[in-house]
Amino acid sequence: MKDLLTIEQIGVDGINEIMHAADSFAEVCARPIPKVPALRGKTVASMFFENSTRTRTSFETAAKRLSADVMNFSASSSSVSKGESLRDTVETIEAMGVDAIIVRHRSSGAPEQIARWANASVINAGDGWHSHPTQSLLDCYTIRAEGRSFEGQKIAIVGDIRHSRVARSNIEAFTLLGAEVTLVAPPTLLPTHVEALGAKVSYDLDSVLGDTDVLYLLRMQHERMNQALVPSLGEYHRAFGLTLDRAKKLPESSLIMHPGPMNRGIEISPEVTQDPRVRVLNQVANGVIVRMAVLYLIVGSAAADRAQEVSAS
Amino acid sequence: MSIAITGGTVLTEDGLVSADVLVTSSTISGVGTDIPIPGEAQVIDATGLTVTPGLVDLKAHLREPGHEEAETIETGSRGAALGGYTAVVAMPNTEPAIDSLSLVRDVRKIAETALCEVVPAAAITVGRKGELLTPMGELAAEGVRIFSDGGRGVQDPAIMRSIMEYGTGLHVVTGGTPVVLALHCEVEALTAGGHMHEGEWATRLGMKGQPREAETLMMSRDITLARMTGARVHLQHISTAGSVELVRAAKAEGLAVTAEVATHHFTLTDAACANFDPVFKVNPPLRTDDDVAAIKAGLADGTIDCIVTDHAPHEPHTKEFPFDLAPPGMLGFESALSIALSELDLPLERLVELMSTRPAEIAGLGDRHGAPIASGNRANLAIIDRDRTWTIDGQAMASRSHNSPYDGREVTGKVTHTIYDGDLVVADGVATK
Repeated sequence: MKDLLTIEQIGVDGINEIMHAADSFAEVCARPIPKVPALRGKTVASMFFENSTRTRTSFETAAKRLSADVMNFSASSSSVSKGESLRDTVETIEAMGVDAIIVRHRSSGAPEQIARWANASVINAGDGWHSHPTQSLLDCYTIRAEGRSFEGQKIAIVGDIRHSRVARSNIEAFTLLGAEVTLVAPPTLLPTHVEALGAKVSYDLDSVLGDTDVLYLLRMQHERMNQALVPSLGEYHRAFGLTLDRAKKLPESSLIMHPGPMNRGIEISPEVTQDPRVRVLNQVANGVIVRMAVLYLIVGSAAADRAQEVSAS
Repeated sequence: MSIAITGGTVLTEDGLVSADVLVTSSTISGVGTDIPIPGEAQVIDATGLTVTPGLVDLKAHLREPGHEEAETIETGSRGAALGGYTAVVAMPNTEPAIDSLSLVRDVRKIAETALCEVVPAAAITVGRKGELLTPMGELAAEGVRIFSDGGRGVQDPAIMRSIMEYGTGLHVVTGGTPVVLALHCEVEALTAGGHMHEGEWATRLGMKGQPREAETLMMSRDITLARMTGARVHLQHISTAGSVELVRAAKAEGLAVTAEVATHHFTLTDAACANFDPVFKVNPPLRTDDDVAAIKAGLADGTIDCIVTDHAPHEPHTKEFPFDLAPPGMLGFESALSIALSELDLPLERLVELMSTRPAEIAGLGDRHGAPIASGNRANLAIIDRDRTWTIDGQAMASRSHNSPYDGREVTGKVTHTIYDGDLVVADGVATK
């Protein structure tokens, strides 16, 4: 695996390979000193063209636990668009000598473009509305950690699907693994031509809840109101928010997930955030583990040998 | 100085015939099988080749003044000549926009040494801002026949109505011929933030789309206003099946409406954007197979009047930005005829109508371009090898830019010679200056 750009690119085999490697790193993270020398001497550049403290911190923690050196690069898209092309920027960073580039960009497709130009490996940390494969992998890992097989699981993704890279990657991953995905949102928050994504669609959360194994809530951006996509956040909450009443309709065995940060009172009622079915902090913890696996498989050479080395150490 | 083109198949008023063509200074002085060839004539052996009127492009961006790093009138005209063009209409979206007499004169002055005739279109509104009218009367008196805000449409319907009304009075300064309003139809509020066709591919790629309806809605408005005012309207680079339908209906109704299509809109689809290469970003965007089929039908049945290149050079590094930040546009001059010959199942006579005769008439160039080859006509000619198979190479083009969407594509049919105003500007596929 040279790059990690989308879930589609790595397929089921890629997902499973990363899940298995993540099991080893879960064990590493449970140690008193959660650090291995697997990537000692390797340099990982974290290029965030869009701010994201959470994802960036998660990747940096993962890289440091693997003993890689982390180089930080921040650029707002606006300053870059003044003259330096994306290719110029990437070639500049690469010339400093890096083994992998972790890219977050507000433009869909930027990591794929970078991968065409760079010799270093490229890991997509989220691009536009397109793809967020490591979020999806940590979500898969979180569901798998509950001892569940994906085959036949009913997963509902609720909220702003249209503008969500998390939704696109998770639809791909969950579907590839055999789950049945339903998208729940008002028509204005679904992409046009939603049929291209290969999931079911519902405008009615209440009718979906009773038959849901995993309820995946998306973050609702305040700006959607100003774009005339929803009348108000209050109406959104009443129709699509996970309220206490709705939480009661959700089966006891189901999981409630959210990529964070949660808008309490919008996509989820404050009292529901304490529900025992909520897995939000597990998702965050698993994020480090899964990103260690991704970095290890991509940056580490002779991946299979090294994996044994780690589990034996 | 004369040029003799011998042994070729020549497109005349009687169709394709075997004949020699003699060019003396800037005029065709003889067409036939037994015309005397002067001893000093430069002879082009056209055996196996086809001689047609030089091509005419109604829509191209030459970037000068203002963006000479992407293209100049000289480099653009060289590319055009290599593609068989003897006249191109230069869109006014330069910097500054061509919206005044002095700028029109500047462009014409620079174009005196060009390898083809460069015909400046003038902006409809000052600075192409869609607000104030340019001095259309003075520009028309200066010879400008095509008015366009090139790459943008006038959004305000009241202003567009006024432009159309004003335009209908200008035949008094042109000597009778109406000025042509060449319109880019796009409701910008519906395309804002969009970078490719709104369809399944945009959804998969997580890209905001530009719906077909942004084009058809504006086209409906402009056709409606043309009906109201009697304006002579030309619809630029139509890209959707619905647009073809609108043009068909407007023509059936008898409105003075013509329409063009760019080569990429009957060749490529939105699937080309799948790998996020901004070379495939263009406005209007690449659509779908259904749109391509409707456009091909419109080309065959006469609904669409002409094929344009919409040649739009962009410096290489600008296409190395993310897809949504890269500028839209593709090179077209050196590939257009080959693409049309390879992709369209149309007789050569119809292709010449689409790429030479009709655009020449619409641009008011019919006295010197686009007519079937006959003695006494101005010598603007292209010679084509219809059997030559070759591979398009964006880097090898004469343009200062390299953004050809056909790079690496194998096509059949190639321009070998171009004669502009009696000068051999392209010989054996190479520009002579």
